[in-house]
Amino acid sequence: MNVATHRVPHPTPAVSTTKINDLVLKIATANGSGSQSANLILMRAIFHMGIPVSSKNLFPSNIQGLPTWFTIRANEDGWIGQKTNVDVLIAMNAETAAQDLADLHPGAIVIINEALKRFVVRTDLTVFTVPFSKLVEQVCEDTRLRKMVANIIYVGVAAFLLYIEMDEVRNAITTQFARKPKAAKLNGDAAALGYSWAKEHLEEQSVCRLRRTNKTKGNIIIEGNEATALGALFGGVTFVSWYPITPSSSFAETLSYYLEKYRRDPDTGKATYAVVQAEDELAAIAMVVGAGWAGARAITGTSGPGVSLMAELAGFSYFAEVPAVIVDVQRMGPSTGLPTRTSQGDIAKAYQLSHGDCKHILLIPGNIRECFEFAGEALELAESFQTLVLLMTDLDLAMNKWLSEPFDFPNKLLARGKVLTAEDLGQDGSFARYRDVDGDGIPYRTLPATNHPNAGYFTRGTGHTESAGYTEDPVQWHNNLDRLAKKFDTARDRVPRPVIELVPRTKTGIIAYGSSDLAVREARRLLETRHELASSYLRLRALPVNHEVHDFIAGHPVVYVVEQNRDAQMASILRSEYPELAPRIRSVLHYNGLPIDAETIVSQIVDRQTSKEIKP
Amino acid sequence: MTTVMTDPLPTAPRDPKANRLGLVLKEYQGAESTLCAGCGHDAITSSIVKAFFEMGVEPYRVAKLSGIGCSSKTTNYFMGQAHGINSVHGRMAAVATGASLANRVLVSIGISGDGDTASIGLSHFLHMVRRNVPIIYVIENNGCYGLTKGQFSATADRGSVKKGGLVVNQSLPIDCCALAIQMGCGFVARTFSGDTKQVRTLLKAAIAYRGTAVLDIVSPCVTFNNHEGSTKSVAYARENEDPLHEIGFVPHYEQITVEYDSGTTKVVEMPDGSTITLSKLDHDYDSHDRIRALALLDKAREELLFYTGLIYYNGAMAPLDQQMNLVDEPLATLPESRVRPSRETLAEIMESFQ
Ligand SMILES: Cc1ncc(C[n+]2csc(CCOP(=O)(O)OP(=O)(O)O)c2C)c(N)n1
Ligand code: SF4
Ligand SMILES: [Mg+2]
Repeated sequence: MNVATHRVPHPTPAVSTTKINDLVLKIATANGSGSQSANLILMRAIFHMGIPVSSKNLFPSNIQGLPTWFTIRANEDGWIGQKTNVDVLIAMNAETAAQDLADLHPGAIVIINEALKRFVVRTDLTVFTVPFSKLVEQVCEDTRLRKMVANIIYVGVAAFLLYIEMDEVRNAITTQFARKPKAAKLNGDAAALGYSWAKEHLEEQSVCRLRRTNKTKGNIIIEGNEATALGALFGGVTFVSWYPITPSSSFAETLSYYLEKYRRDPDTGKATYAVVQAEDELAAIAMVVGAGWAGARAITGTSGPGVSLMAELAGFSYFAEVPAVIVDVQRMGPSTGLPTRTSQGDIAKAYQLSHGDCKHILLIPGNIRECFEFAGEALELAESFQTLVLLMTDLDLAMNKWLSEPFDFPNKLLARGKVLTAEDLGQDGSFARYRDVDGDGIPYRTLPATNHPNAGYFTRGTGHTESAGYTEDPVQWHNNLDRLAKKFDTARDRVPRPVIELVPRTKTGIIAYGSSDLAVREARRLLETRHELASSYLRLRALPVNHEVHDFIAGHPVVYVVEQNRDAQMASILRSEYPELAPRIRSVLHYNGLPIDAETIVSQIVDRQTSKEIKP
Repeated sequence: MTTVMTDPLPTAPRDPKANRLGLVLKEYQGAESTLCAGCGHDAITSSIVKAFFEMGVEPYRVAKLSGIGCSSKTTNYFMGQAHGINSVHGRMAAVATGASLANRVLVSIGISGDGDTASIGLSHFLHMVRRNVPIIYVIENNGCYGLTKGQFSATADRGSVKKGGLVVNQSLPIDCCALAIQMGCGFVARTFSGDTKQVRTLLKAAIAYRGTAVLDIVSPCVTFNNHEGSTKSVAYARENEDPLHEIGFVPHYEQITVEYDSGTTKVVEMPDGSTITLSKLDHDYDSHDRIRALALLDKAREELLFYTGLIYYNGAMAPLDQQMNLVDEPLATLPESRVRPSRETLAEIMESFQ
């Protein structure tokens, strides 16, 4: 058969035990070896075969040399959350090969570099040995490029063994190297060589195969940081300041890229935005607060260590009532922690960031579309409520590739909040910056450079009267804090509502948020099929919570709160919000730096259910 | 001989005490000061009021920004009609960076202290200067932390004695003017709160300047740092002030023709058409010479000299908003049509992710 036009199924039929379109493929390489392109090509080819697919890139905090693992999960039914049970391993890294092989379940398939053959000691695996170094010599003369090109060869080998269509591999290569035709040619040749070599030398396998279907039509593959950046772009952002930190940098970088491309005045070429790479996160949030005070729609992106530095200004934003948005892409631990591992460990800190009495609006996207939507929403709420809003994503959402429906164009006009113009002020001299005119706790503000003698006011962190005058009067201070609390209560029904799936007659509820969503949904299915445990599900999408959260907990005698942190941060917030419901709340906790997976949730819930509550 | 010609005056009938906008001095004042009687900062506040009044700046266009300290409080004491923000300790330079980009028609004035600028906020100060944020940045320098009761600040000279006479400062001072010059600042001045004429003239020139204008104003703390052994006391400043030149300023809108003796007076033409004149006193100083300016400041630091005047001027640098090529209108109030790309653009982007 002519490899170049190969499209039809292989001659050997799938046997009845063959898993079709249900694959976890793990690729072990070294950081900086160029494997990322190869892995993306594989993923994209599977995506274009119509099979739902996602990937998790487990990479070290290092530019070159340390081990990295890329896991692709393809699943016809859309179960593409984290899964640790690997079907196929491509082992390219000597440093980790022994462990990578040891971790496999019996029956798994291994594609291994011939040079690493010595690591194969198990007999319960299906092993395909490939002489990558010899093969690469055939297509690549430049010795410096060989390591990289060898990676593309495994794409061809995997395509043969897993029935990935070579046409789609070629298309993916063309896309990947769109701006480098030479590289496209070299990589295309390498993939074809891998495929033809495998076809000639390897036996077909019937453990798991991929087959064209139609489940991804019109969909996109995108990272959370890209989605968040686009959300800010279409949310009318005008000011960005940031300081580089993994895993948030690509948010600001992507946003800068699109601003440069789409937000220059068509007539003059002048910018309708400003981006400043700040000297640190203290400056980044200070600039955002300055810009927000002056009326810009302003945003910064950071991760835990940066959020800590932003704490003082966060309180200022809350108390002086200046709009600001922080995108917190959560990662593991303090200081360096595990900077390239995911976590939901900033929830409690972010909720009360700063000193004194502070409570902030948190938006918590649970999928990639919400990363887009909530970025715009965060800008909107910050201006509407004249306060700090934190958009809480995490490394898993932000830096991994996710399948998504394309994003919808925002369906409402930009709202700029209660801003009084010179015309609004008119003859009326009664403007008082911190007066609760509408009874919702949200006062009116004016922007600097409003041409009216009553427009100016003095913004300060110190005690202030309704008309922004200085005061240390206890009653005024107290009243102002109460108004701020009222404003926060107004927000309860203005932030994205929880998504609720009620199952009649079940006693068990699950509450989760953020990137845990896919794993939770898969876990619910497993609980039901394996353990006959049906569960209702509430996905929190924001803080503060509203009455629906209360009613959900009240409606279920047992409620599991699933989170990716050690200290049950959201459960604590819910317990203090509803002390009378606290005894119902149990925690499912996952905090090893890897994205949460369904099996972890299932096993913790099964362990915690009493025998009366569950069939084993 | 150098001849200076400038634009004609607007011809509105006016209150004899009013400025070119028809506003009187009172309209440039703010809340009553709560600082200690005799505090240098209050003198600076008065100079600011007069400078903005005399320049005829619309108060509504002014943004007053500050950090924390007695000095930072003073933004409340001038131009009550303007918006002010008393932010947090040390971060005002960054707050101002955001505000000035959000609205480029603002005339920003930042008031800081030596603690606020030279210690906790030093990095933001330097970065603001190197970006050339358009702002008049005033450091009310009293060599101590007034608001927290008189600890030494980083601008206290080596050998300065603390109130009570027991503690002597051993560390070298940070010279904000030298740092500003090194960071590329095009308008660097040092002056003394008590030299109200010089302060006012420099402020007026700073108002006409577009970019970061740094004014390091020695401003005695009469409560904590006004004793024998302090190099920031009223008496010390009065005795030791050594003006580099006599400064004059002619704003662009004043139509006067003045003749200067080019042997004794240097004329600095500003991009907006205003003019600074620097008339020779005891020194033959050239404010355009960066290296000489730095050498002068170094000498001043070594020998505890208190030179005042326009230490360095260079009008050639584009302010940050120009560097960024921002649209003419304030970013803050751009309509939706200009800040949200079209539906088609989103479709195009979505396609690129397929
Ligand atoms: C983060 C923080 N740390 C410390 C303080 C306490 N504090 C207030 S003002 C000040 C020093 C002010 O000195 P300076 O800027 O020189 O102003 P001055 O009072 O001398 O005019 C300090 C340390 C604070 N407000 N915030
Ligand atoms: S303590 Fe010093 S700096 Fe503060 S107001 Fe009094 S005199 Fe001025
Ligand atoms: Mg001071």
